[in-house]
Amino acid sequence: MENTKKKGLLDRLKSSRVLRVMFGRKIIVVCAVLILVMVLVAIFAPVIAPYDPNKDDLYNVLKGCSAEHWLGTDSNGRDVLSRIIYGARVSFTVGLVAVLISSVIGMALGLISGVAGGVVDSVIMRIMDAMMAVPMLILALFLGAILGQGLFNVCLAIGISMVPQYARITRGQVLSVRNADYVTAGTLCGASRVRNTLVHVFPNCLSANIVTMTASLGGAILAEANLSFLGMGISPPTASWGAMVSGGYKYLSNQPVIAIAPGIAIMIVVLCFNMCGDALRDALDPKLRGTLGNGSKKRRKATKGV
Amino acid sequence: MEDKILIEAKNLKKYFKVGANAQLHAVDGVSFTIKKGQTLGVVGESGCGKSTLGRVLLRLYDVTDGQILYDGVDITKMDSKEIRPIRARMQMIFQDPSGSLDPRKSVKELIGEPLKIYKVCKNQEEYDRRIAEIMKTVGLSERYTESFSHELDGGRRQRIGIGRALAMDPEFIVCDEPVSALDVSIQAQILNLLMDLQKEKGLTYIFITHDLSVVKHISHEIMVMYLGQCVEYAKTKDLFANPLHPYTQGLLDAVPIPSLKAKKLSTQIMRGELTSPVDPAPGCRFAARCPYATDACRGKDIPLKEVEPGHFVSCTRF
Repeated sequence: MENTKKKGLLDRLKSSRVLRVMFGRKIIVVCAVLILVMVLVAIFAPVIAPYDPNKDDLYNVLKGCSAEHWLGTDSNGRDVLSRIIYGARVSFTVGLVAVLISSVIGMALGLISGVAGGVVDSVIMRIMDAMMAVPMLILALFLGAILGQGLFNVCLAIGISMVPQYARITRGQVLSVRNADYVTAGTLCGASRVRNTLVHVFPNCLSANIVTMTASLGGAILAEANLSFLGMGISPPTASWGAMVSGGYKYLSNQPVIAIAPGIAIMIVVLCFNMCGDALRDALDPKLRGTLGNGSKKRRKATKGV
Repeated sequence: MEDKILIEAKNLKKYFKVGANAQLHAVDGVSFTIKKGQTLGVVGESGCGKSTLGRVLLRLYDVTDGQILYDGVDITKMDSKEIRPIRARMQMIFQDPSGSLDPRKSVKELIGEPLKIYKVCKNQEEYDRRIAEIMKTVGLSERYTESFSHELDGGRRQRIGIGRALAMDPEFIVCDEPVSALDVSIQAQILNLLMDLQKEKGLTYIFITHDLSVVKHISHEIMVMYLGQCVEYAKTKDLFANPLHPYTQGLLDAVPIPSLKAKKLSTQIMRGELTSPVDPAPGCRFAARCPYATDACRGKDIPLKEVEPGHFVSCTRF
């Protein structure tokens, strides 16, 4: 019994239209693989990194690229490559935790707002609107200044500043789902409002939120880099890509690698997450059904012929 | 026992607020009684308030005015806690079988939901057995237990809907156009299933439809609705033999007759559109489309009049 169910899930994954459409474009496969590699690097950082990322070596300060130090050393003589590898940990942690915080709070607020309606809805959504009116980074900076430095505080600051987008999306989904016949049927089956909301409304609001989560992972990582660059993020000895760019840009003229290398790392990760998020959104969009994925190759060939 | 009244509506009204101070009269002063084990067919074109009537009876909407008596108990003003034990005895079958089934739930979870909520089954075994029983009753093969509704065809989906409605062994079921989304061969299957179930379990139905041939098949009594009001109310036999209200006549004329001879029959086709149900003027609401309309039809509401025993009509001509 258990076995058949598992097999069913795997089969469903294989035949899933969403995944097929999403990975129908090669660039998305490349992005997904890159993300996977980055995550593995972050997890196995102690094994992969050639040097201790926080160990100063004042005899080898600001060295260029060499066989010993592939990406050179920074102003304290720390190995740049090792710091980038360890920095991936910070970036991914912040990305995941911030998205988790924002999505949990945001979805809860959106659900309450959509289901309760009336005054509760107005109050919650006006607060969200007010938060949205302030640019996300400014809001995160403001919250960061209140909360202070530290990994968790950065996650919290970024997380809270991203809450409104989840609340908005969830509320919209709830409004479209809550009058569906199957929710009415739930009421008729004797379900309380809470049960109905959790069992029938919420699971059917998830897909749009999953897309937002993927897309905002990149945003969160970028926000952390920004905060760290501005000195409001991770406290100094810990390697963070944003802080590395900020520490390295003073030496742009003589040792550009120190600032550019972590910058490229940020760019790649954010780009990959955004591409995957966009692809997922396109794949889940029923309006684009049939125009993507099914024989995009054929179409390309056909246009080549013309 | 046979003649026990199960559900009674007295001058039932449901108005919806539209805009600042306009009201949509969805159901406007409808009264009827349904005896246990019988079927009341509610007929009318779309927008005449028949679905709203069904939902008001189940108290999915609050009642604007009037009274609903269920088994002698007034349920008009009950709050959601008080209505819960009664809800277990009344159920609904929806028009759109795909829209009324949660796309993320398996057949088993869908049918078993009320069982879980009311905690009917003591253990998993009994729960599984009960679901197998229900699936057998509605004619669903056991291999669909773990399927999702979107993997099945319309007829089977509707069977799931019926199964869910039957799970708690209800007495009263509102069938809101249960067959109009299905194709004709499946329609007959589902109608027969509903009639068999009625015979077997003594169910009481209110059967909402726009299709007169369907209600003829299944109902004991028929109520014809026009713009939220009941215009004719009679035994099925009487209504088809002797339709009195011009609107009922128009509806019957509109039923296509699948015969070449019918080509020569002259039928009167109703013209015009529904008048707006928003704050309607007093008077017969059908007057704008009625070929017999006179000044007597306008200005004041026309009450239902018993023309023959058990045959009511609201028309100035009688």
